[in-house]
Parts: sequence; C-alpha cells; structure tokens
Amino acid sequence: MNHHSERIYLYPVWVRIWHMTNAILCLTLIITGLSIQFSNPGIVFKFKVAVSVHNIAGILLTISYAFFYLGNLFTPNGAHYVIPVKGFLVRLQKQFIYYTVGLFKKADPPYPVSEENKFNPLQQTTYVFLMYVMVPFVVLSGWGLLYPEITVKSFVGFSGLDLTDLLHIVAGFTISIIMCVHIYFCTIGKNPLSNFKSMINGYHESH
Amino acid sequence: MVYKTNIRPAWVVLVLLVVFSLAFTLVKTSDSTTSEKVQTEKIIPTKIDLSKFKNAAENENCLKCHGQSKYTYENDESKKTVTKRMYAELIMSRDVFYVSNHRQFKCTDCHSEDYRTFPHAGNLRMEAKANCIDCHGGDEKYAKFKFEQIESEFQASVHSEKHSKDFTCWMCHNAHTYKINARTNENLKETITYDNLICLNCHGDINNYQLLTDKKKPNILQKHEWLPNQASHFTNVRCIECHAKNEDTLVVAHHIMPKKMAVRKCESCHSKNSILYASLYKHQVRENIQKEGLFRGLLMVDATTIGPDKSNMLNVISIIIFSLTLLVIIIHAVLRIKK
Repeated sequence: MNHHSERIYLYPVWVRIWHMTNAILCLTLIITGLSIQFSNPGIVFKFKVAVSVHNIAGILLTISYAFFYLGNLFTPNGAHYVIPVKGFLVRLQKQFIYYTVGLFKKADPPYPVSEENKFNPLQQTTYVFLMYVMVPFVVLSGWGLLYPEITVKSFVGFSGLDLTDLLHIVAGFTISIIMCVHIYFCTIGKNPLSNFKSMINGYHESH
Repeated sequence: MVYKTNIRPAWVVLVLLVVFSLAFTLVKTSDSTTSEKVQTEKIIPTKIDLSKFKNAAENENCLKCHGQSKYTYENDESKKTVTKRMYAELIMSRDVFYVSNHRQFKCTDCHSEDYRTFPHAGNLRMEAKANCIDCHGGDEKYAKFKFEQIESEFQASVHSEKHSKDFTCWMCHNAHTYKINARTNENLKETITYDNLICLNCHGDINNYQLLTDKKKPNILQKHEWLPNQASHFTNVRCIECHAKNEDTLVVAHHIMPKKMAVRKCESCHSKNSILYASLYKHQVRENIQKEGLFRGLLMVDATTIGPDKSNMLNVISIIIFSLTLLVIIIHAVLRIKK
C-alpha cells in the first residue's frame, strides 16, 4: 500500500466548526479563569473584564457542547467515542509503548488512522473522559457558580458553593493539562503542522 | 464509513444528568427544611420560663403593663377601671428581653426607682439613657469586648461625625433587645440578617431615618445597582463588610466610613487576600482553623465563592502537575527532534 499519498476525508464540516469554536472558547476560559483565580494582584485581565468574558464564554461553551453532544448522538461521528471494552488495557499499553519507544525507532503506529478508527486507543480514552466527563462537569459547576442561589447550600459539612467552586477549578485545570498535551501530540503527524491543517481542510494525511 | 451508531457515552451522560439533578433536588429540599426548623427554634422562644431569671418577678411590676399592647388601671377620680393602649415604642416584649444580653437585669437597674409610682411623674421621661461605655467602660470582666475601642471607632464613624450627640449607641443597639451574635452564633446567615437589620432599621425606614435628618432617604437597591447578584450579596455579606473600616483587634467593626470610601472592587473580596477573612469570617475562621487545621478549617467556613485558592496547597499541587507535564512534553519533543 502506498502510504505517502494517502488522504482521508475524516473531519466533516460540523466537526471542524465545533472544534475551532471549542478551541477558542476553551483558551479564552483558561486565560480569563486564571485571571479570576489570581485576581489580587490581577494577571492578564482586570477582574471585572475577566469575569464578564468568562461568563459569556462559559455560556457559549454550553451551547457549543450541546451542539457537539447532539452531533455525536445523531451522526456516525459518535461511534468514534465508543470504547470497546474487550482488550482495552492491552490496546492502551500498545499505544503507550508506541509513543514512548516505537515512535523514536520509526516503528509503524499500532493503530493507524482510518475511517473506522479516527482515534487511537489513548486518544479515544482521553477524548471520552474529556468530552463526556470533564466538560459536562465544568459546565454544570460553572452554571452553579453563575447562579449561586440554585447551588446546594451545604454538603457533608462543607459549603456547597465552595465545593462547587473547588470542583470547577479542578475540572478546569484538568482540561487545561489535557489541552497542552493535545496540542503537543498534534505535532506528531506526517509533519509537525499537518494535523493542524487537517482540522482546517478536513483531510487527514497519513505517514 | 461506519454507520454503526453505537452511542453509549452520550446516553450515559444523559442518565447521569438526570440522576444528578434528582439528587440535587433531594439534597436541596432536605437542606432548606432543616435550616427553617433551627431558625424558628432559635429566634422565637415559644414560652419563656420566667423562674430562670432572678429579677423576673420584680420586673413583672413593669411588664404587666409594658409587656403588652394595652394596660388597665383604676382611675382614683372616677373610680372606674380604665383600659388604654400602650404606645408601641413603650412596649417591651418578654420574649425579646429574656433572650437579650441584659436579660438578668431588673428594670430599675437602669431606670429610675421613681417609676415604681403610677401614674409616672412627667419629668421621668427626660431621664437620660445610659450608653454602652457608661456601664462597660473600664470593665475588666468585659475587657475582651473592647468597649473603649468600640467607642473610639464609633466616635470616628460617619454617623457620629455627621450627627454628633444625636447619634448614640441606641440608634443601632437597643439595650433591651441587644443580643451578641458574631462570636456566639454558629449560623452565619443569622448573624448577617441580624446585623443588616440594624442598618436597615433606619436606612430602610424613612420614619426612623428622618429622626436624624430632613434629607431624602437614598434608595438602597438603586444605589447598589452596580453590584452583580445583588440579592445574593445582600443575604451573604453584611453592610459593614464594605462600609466599615476593619481593625484586626475588633470582632465587629464600628468605624462606619463615608460613602466614597466604601469597597467597590470585586477582587477586594473575591480573591486570596479577601477582606472578608478580616471581617465577616474573622471569628469563624479563627475557631475552625484551631479545631480543624488550615485546609479543612478554611473550607468549612461558608465563604461564598471567594475562590478555593485560599488553600495555597492547591496552587502548589497544580503548579507541580503543570511543570511535570511541560517537562515530559519537552523531553519527548527533544528526543523526537534528535532521532
């Protein structure tokens, strides 16, 4: 098989629009979130500006998440987010060894990108954790903070609002870390920029 | 193209959402019912057991008239029994007095003995009211309450400066009803309500406000329109958080500042260096840290959204995790470039 000229149309228009929106919103939320967290003395943005931008971006992220959620529910794209249980750990291990050893020996990736498998096992697990655990979590806790009066007042002796706040920040931080790793891993492609191009034109280029 | 629409994660999230909101509603309902129960028990004693108070029997001589809205007496001239209404401001409810700080006092400790005769002599109403410092000044037993400092803070406050002698302790603290709160009440919400009602007694009531001035009373809701989540702020912090100057030595600040000095910056409260730790949460924070240690102690205070970065530990952990991630990425990248 000739790998060099292989181009697969992998990312439909709606996925690319959602991905770009999501990326911009997440970056905005991380930067303004940090400005709110370290507000005295303030960094990057003034507190008031940071709060307003953070609130607006958070509401937009909710809409963008709903768009993604429904998209995955009603198009075949959702199938990429179903983790087959059988042999799960073995596949994770294989992919991990590829990233830590095989990659440097120019070995072939164990799970090459195909129409059936857009994501390798590590990617898939991370994305499911991110999009179906962390993002809903950060969005829900965010709304809880936006309308403090609807948040539970106390939970096992702790202030409900403070716990929501804590969880929101832990979730936000986790998402930030995943985002850093995600952006770095995107440079592992045919060339360091090819994966970024794919998310613009929709075509994946294989090695 | 795969058309197998196996969409498990999406449904799992949906089910979790439903479960979450159900649990949320349950916790919330149980939460509100318990707090209501506690409130009614704490605030309104249903029946005062007068035998607990050594001066209660003597005080009944006064309260048999002043403890209710009407009073009855024999008119010596007409030989008739007369029933009259008691003026609202002369009514002293037993329910309120016997839970107040001065509940063990007898009326004549502060009021003239001459009140024992009825009808009361006219000049008695000119009797001067004692202020806090008149009894508590130089009082060793109450030294920890620092009445002298309260007095000097009050003298420097905008109330005292603008209204001079007309404005006394009584404007905010009625000696018959005053009840210590910030130090003793574990329910922060009750303390907040109690303290804010003191301000609203005049700033929310034109009749009381105009006892001291002929000016129009500013509309508090309009003046605070700039404040986001206004209702939430009004129920979760006290007026004095922003309007009084805090000294570390007093539990409750008495130096009320002029309007232009009030706190207006969000980050004054909503940050690591929140001023609320030195005001509203001062007492609770001190007690909790002593009992529970720094991290739990701070978390246990119902400190509404002033950010979990009150725990430095969390910041340190997050910086370590972030640095480690960056380090791994850099090592990986360098190895890739070298190969």
